[in-house]
Amino acid sequence: MGGMQQVLAAGPRVPASGSRGPVWRRHLHGSELAWAIAFVAPYAAVFCAFVLYPVGYALWMAARPSLYAELIADPIYLRTVVNTLLFVCLAVNLKMFLALLLSGFFLRRRWWIKALLVVYILPWALAAVQSFISFHWMLINEQGLIDGLLSALLGIDGPIWFNYRSLALGSNVIAYIWKWMPFWTLIFLAARLTISRDIYDAAEVDGATGIRRFAHVTFPLLARLYLICTLLSTLWTLGDFTTVYLVSGGAPVSSTEVLATLGFRYAFDLANPELGIAAVISALPLLIPITIVLMRKLQTSELQL
Amino acid sequence: MTIALGSAPRARRRYQLRPALVEAGSVMLGIALLIWSLLPIYNLFLIALDPEEGEIEFTGNLWPPEPSLDSFWDVVTQEARYLENFWHQFGNSLFIGLLTMVLTVLIGSLASFAVSRMRLGKSSLLTNAAVLTYTIPAAFLIVPYYRIMHVYGLLDTLWAVIAAQVTFATPFAILIMLLYASLIPFELDDAARVDGASAVQLYLRVYLPLMTPALAVVAIYALLLAWNEYLYQAVLLSTRNMTVAVTHGQLFVDTDAPWNAMMAAAIIYVLPPIALLFALRRYVIAALPAGEVKG
Repeated sequence: MGGMQQVLAAGPRVPASGSRGPVWRRHLHGSELAWAIAFVAPYAAVFCAFVLYPVGYALWMAARPSLYAELIADPIYLRTVVNTLLFVCLAVNLKMFLALLLSGFFLRRRWWIKALLVVYILPWALAAVQSFISFHWMLINEQGLIDGLLSALLGIDGPIWFNYRSLALGSNVIAYIWKWMPFWTLIFLAARLTISRDIYDAAEVDGATGIRRFAHVTFPLLARLYLICTLLSTLWTLGDFTTVYLVSGGAPVSSTEVLATLGFRYAFDLANPELGIAAVISALPLLIPITIVLMRKLQTSELQL
Repeated sequence: MTIALGSAPRARRRYQLRPALVEAGSVMLGIALLIWSLLPIYNLFLIALDPEEGEIEFTGNLWPPEPSLDSFWDVVTQEARYLENFWHQFGNSLFIGLLTMVLTVLIGSLASFAVSRMRLGKSSLLTNAAVLTYTIPAAFLIVPYYRIMHVYGLLDTLWAVIAAQVTFATPFAILIMLLYASLIPFELDDAARVDGASAVQLYLRVYLPLMTPALAVVAIYALLLAWNEYLYQAVLLSTRNMTVAVTHGQLFVDTDAPWNAMMAAAIIYVLPPIALLFALRRYVIAALPAGEVKG
């Protein structure tokens, strides 16, 4: 794998990380330094005003230990933690793995595959709220489109999807994958295009084709990017509110809530903002390790594959 | 070496036996993807094209019995119930989306320029700050945001939502821009320096033009983030400043709402991002490495 990355780094497409600027640029002076600071200032201001302050505020609000005793005592909270883990594990891993495979499919040079790509990325361009409402109505009951199709094509009566926890949870996962898989497919597609043809030609000479080529050439080359994307997506999915709120709405009876929606219900429906914050802050033991690994991964080398 | 040469024709022969099978498989996958991508969108149209408002749209029809565009007309003329202020809300959504886009591109490109081209500090500092922003997901921070927006006096203004969206779009924008900036050779900067370009000129004349593909990707990403967002708009804005997303989100369980008009509004609402995607497609394709700046 290390060898492969060296090959990749030597390819023409990948930036030479050794090409540092001349020595004079390493130390900024006078007006240069002032300009550089002025350029970073807006981001620094946003970071302080809208990241550090609210995060600090959240931690301060959630500092009371009795809040966590209250959470543990709530059976809905415990079920929500399980739901969140299920939702994140299923949605992120299925989505990423399918996106990786599909990016290979979209690499094929056929006119109809290029046209299909345009249709395929539509879900990403569509607004989330409206798409998820469409999912909600599609699955609402025997009158929805899915059950209509089931009875028309297969002659069976479809289930009432949101009456079963597993089906409702599954619907959330499917809707989430539908919405976000195109985005990650594009990222992997872009990365695959950077892999030099020479590597594949060499691999083919060595007899690595099909699945073996994927397992021994493509995947090792994309592994780092795949890991970074998976971690980033895990963070984003953990914080996903819209999918669960609009597709299943927590049905049946709050059994498919995730932390983001439960926190919202505690804070706004039950008018207990501290408890709402505590519910979401309780995900920190999961969030912090992911962040640390992500920072490490992004630091090694210049953000390349 | 001889082994490698010996196995090559064998591999190629095996390849030739399978193309028909591979082709058939990819056509089937293509059809499956087409259905997968279009089914929920078809459902939007199925409901929107129904002329009657009310319960009739949920009767398991696979095709609207009497397709008509009446509901679209009701939306455009603001005659549908709950959609009396559709264009005002649409304008609010557009304002939030466009400003999020512009500010994200501006702040992100300035910061990435200072760090990657002027070498202010280590770039890891910036990526760490970016990742740190995502440690606590946006949806988890809605309560403190509500409080701090009150402190800043921005509550119930569109700027509160814009500030939140920019905050959560900029880190990803910076990651993308740092990645892309590392592909641009430093020799170009040096040449401009020799010609006496200042930092500002370097940013405007060299950095921005060369970064166009990355800027386009970031712009689309930021607009879609704002366009997809529901929670912050729902909490930080009151009825006076509603957006299209909030109207839809708040009524989603209401079977009494005129769903054909709501879905028609939804279809109109999804047009701007698609238009932007279409307008910027040249640059997005250029962002794919096939068209990248060669060193």
